[in-house]
Amino acid sequence: MLKILKYSFYDLLRSKWTLIYFLFFLMITEGLLYITGDEAKTIVGLLNVVVILCPLIATVFGTVNFYNSREFTELLLAQPLKRRDIFIGQYLGMTLSLSIGYFLGVLIPFVIHSLNYVVDYTVLSILLFVGVFLTFIFSALSFLISLITDNKIKGFGLSILTWLLLALVYDGMQLFILSMLDNYPLEKISLVMTFLNPIDLSRVLLMLKLDISALFGYTGAVFNKFFGSSLGFALSLSALLIWTVVPVYFINRISMKKDF
Amino acid sequence: MIQFQNIYKSFGKLEVLTGVSAEVSGGGITAILGPNGSGKTTLIKMLLGMVYPDKGEILFDGKPIKKEWHYKNNISYLPQIARFPENLTVTELINLIKDIRGGTPNEQRLIELFTLESHLGKKIKHLSGGTKQKVNIVLAMMYDNPVIVLDEPSTGLDPIALVRLKELILEEREKGKNILITTHIMSLVEDLSDEILFLLEGKVYFRGTIAELKEFAGEDNLEKSIAHLLEHKNAENIKV
Repeated sequence: MLKILKYSFYDLLRSKWTLIYFLFFLMITEGLLYITGDEAKTIVGLLNVVVILCPLIATVFGTVNFYNSREFTELLLAQPLKRRDIFIGQYLGMTLSLSIGYFLGVLIPFVIHSLNYVVDYTVLSILLFVGVFLTFIFSALSFLISLITDNKIKGFGLSILTWLLLALVYDGMQLFILSMLDNYPLEKISLVMTFLNPIDLSRVLLMLKLDISALFGYTGAVFNKFFGSSLGFALSLSALLIWTVVPVYFINRISMKKDF
Repeated sequence: MIQFQNIYKSFGKLEVLTGVSAEVSGGGITAILGPNGSGKTTLIKMLLGMVYPDKGEILFDGKPIKKEWHYKNNISYLPQIARFPENLTVTELINLIKDIRGGTPNEQRLIELFTLESHLGKKIKHLSGGTKQKVNIVLAMMYDNPVIVLDEPSTGLDPIALVRLKELILEEREKGKNILITTHIMSLVEDLSDEILFLLEGKVYFRGTIAELKEFAGEDNLEKSIAHLLEHKNAENIKV
């Protein structure tokens, strides 16, 4: 598996899209730091970019990469390798190269600016961590969708639709449901709904650490009230882990049975 | 060496193979022929564990290949379409396969044979279709394996490379290897194959030498014989 991971990683690390991704985050982070002159504000600003963009790029990149490397996958399948090693290796190679682009793009400007003012590394590492998690989750989802759907266009459409649902439509739906049911106690529904969406979870995770109650929103406030920040943090982290492991489990399972 | 035992496979409603049985052993070149969609590639992919049969079993060296992967160490496979990770160089790609398979490959001789020296440092995405196919051939043939499977090996090759490829294949036959080829180029079949395995409507419709095929079809030319087989596919005396 490590061999496949290594080559897949090298291949994608050198692709211009990884570079563009890296440069994009470098510019946004540097720009925000420069304009606000304040690291906490920059992190909040970045959070809004990260929770939408990391999933989107992982989705697009994951799907395109899967379909583009289909013939190569076939070549690997003919080699003396376990199927699991081929697919998990490719998935990890792709996810790691994207994650590194994002990670360095955000980290480098902060490190440079840390000469001028104090950077709260706990919050920054959570931001970095959340972006990487989202990359892992959405790459896995798009990989899984591509694996199930042989038709490229359909697979791409489904992946984007998944992103659209979780990133944009979900919030609206949540608000709608909460407003429909506003005669009932809403805490539990709200909590469950947050757990069902990795993007919401990531947002809550960082908000809890930032301790900016004005930005908590309803779900954040409920989370804080119910679990306090440590327990809430641990719970949302575990939920994110589940969100990563479950699609990867299905990638493994489906790839074992599929004809190529 | 290789046994296909009553293989069935359908994709959705499309029945591709309906009871294929065949054995390949003792060395020599077997050409798998048949009209488009007759299941040639599917059969080859099954041997490599890429497609699973619905029914039936494939044995390699007497052992079923189901859920196995070690036996692939004994098979060299040239896929139909040569597409590799775009940003790797030719050398890196060769190293990837070497990393996976280990052992002592003989890539240098093949690189010289197909004059790829000047392309080694180039990224795959900068290579032409024909050059990619040459790289494909190097990757497939650099190991000394008792079984070689070639799916449309001549695609995109220039005449010189094609001649070299034929020589290479004949050389491997001299070593007593079992070689399976699918192709639509009849001249390649005439030049190379010891035996023909003709698939039609999901079954082995004919199996024998080129001379036997011509006799069977009552034609004196291979292309006409095959056309004859297709036109008279309902003939009663199916010879397997």
